[in-house]
Amino acid sequence: MDALIENLPRILRGFLLTLQLFGAAGLIAFALGAVLAGMRVAPVPVLRAVGTTYVNIFRNTPLVVLFIVFVAGLPFLGVQISFFARAVVTLSLYTAAFMCEAIRSGINSVQQGQAEAARSIGFTFGQTLRSVILPQAIRTAIPPLASIFIALVKNSAIAEAFGVIEATQTFHFLYNRHPSALWPLFVGTALGYVIIVFVLAGIASRLEKRLAVIR
Amino acid sequence: MSTTLFDVRGPRARVRHGVYGVLTSIGTAALVAYIAYRLYASEQITGDAWEPFQDPEIVFGVVEGFGLTLLAAVLAIALSIAFGVIFAAGRLSDSALLRIPSIVVVEFFRAVPLVLMILAIFLGFGDTTGRYGALIIALMLYNGSVLAETFRAGINAVPRGQSEAAYAIGMRKTQVMLSILTPQAVRIMLPAIISQCVVALKDTALGFIIASPEAVSVGKQIYSNYGNPIVTGLVLAVVFIAINYTLSKIAQILEGRQRRKGRAVLATAPTTAAGGAV
Repeated sequence: MDALIENLPRILRGFLLTLQLFGAAGLIAFALGAVLAGMRVAPVPVLRAVGTTYVNIFRNTPLVVLFIVFVAGLPFLGVQISFFARAVVTLSLYTAAFMCEAIRSGINSVQQGQAEAARSIGFTFGQTLRSVILPQAIRTAIPPLASIFIALVKNSAIAEAFGVIEATQTFHFLYNRHPSALWPLFVGTALGYVIIVFVLAGIASRLEKRLAVIR
Repeated sequence: MSTTLFDVRGPRARVRHGVYGVLTSIGTAALVAYIAYRLYASEQITGDAWEPFQDPEIVFGVVEGFGLTLLAAVLAIALSIAFGVIFAAGRLSDSALLRIPSIVVVEFFRAVPLVLMILAIFLGFGDTTGRYGALIIALMLYNGSVLAETFRAGINAVPRGQSEAAYAIGMRKTQVMLSILTPQAVRIMLPAIISQCVVALKDTALGFIIASPEAVSVGKQIYSNYGNPIVTGLVLAVVFIAINYTLSKIAQILEGRQRRKGRAVLATAPTTAAGGAV
């Protein structure tokens, strides 16, 4: 227990890094996911094929394997960026595939009439998607998007094995120093994640209520 | 796809989209070629990097690793289903004594990163469970909790009239659960359970963190020795993609079949509430 209390600042610093990983990767993944979803419903077959291939590759590969390719592999290609940046790249590319599918399911749930009305007043595909479909689709997709954001927080723990000193790595480090305090350290770290997850879930359910599209 | 966001294309649009298509193809091909060139120039995909995969002993090691990966996934899923059934029943119980602890267990194990669970179990009980056992137990706790929520959703997705009718002819709650709701719920849940198998199979890769004897740990030994993480990663990725893509397709086919029969179905996309499994 003492080990937990004494090292609280260090644990909190670990969680700060977890949140930074989450924030950076979350933003990039969401943007990339929206673009990919747009590609997957586009009228150009090649765009659709590229989007589908991306999703199938990144969704079916274990995140650890992607970490090996990008975090361990990029330096061999002469890409000299920090562990943190490489972890963000990996998490973003992986998460974007799931974001894409969530947004696409949202797009599919928007009524056909919305797109037809937009077309009938002369909107192009891009305009229809940007101004009419996506705003509604993303609102509908809030629950699945929220679970993807939550999964991202938990997935960021994998970075611990690749030299990013986030919360789980801090737990591992502190365990090595205080092996007898395993369970207090575990419960303390676990509770940190539980709190983050519940805060995110709470935000999502409030957003869902506030932004619900009335049909 | 249920919505069409664009009209049937006229001749000019067809030409324009053809041009976009060609440009995208060229762009993608250029990107892939550039990456391949960089990989080649930095000696990541040259013959030397592939060398370990010409050694029969190493190939056999990788195959064995994937065998253990699949075995871990099968064991973990079997245990998770048992865990899920018990805790879903707990959450649906009328007695608060059973319900509240079940809620705590399920919510806790869903919210904690699997990596942290694997580490804690290995560090705490590793002497008894071994590396492989620690991985399987952690997978059981996590996937079991997710499945518990799937099962609960499945039971709740059976139309209410079914249980009302059963109660009306004098069945007790256990009878309603076992003879009326569960058989129908299993059909509804099947696609979601198969998707969870994909998640479990991917998550076995995390055994790498405690060097448990499965495919990704074997891969780590290879790329640490030969300095070829990209080639090793590609080999692992291709096998995982092949297995998982097949499983996902099966889930989709089952889902489509249920829908055509006009039955309710839980989506296969990982879209459970808080703590969903991705």
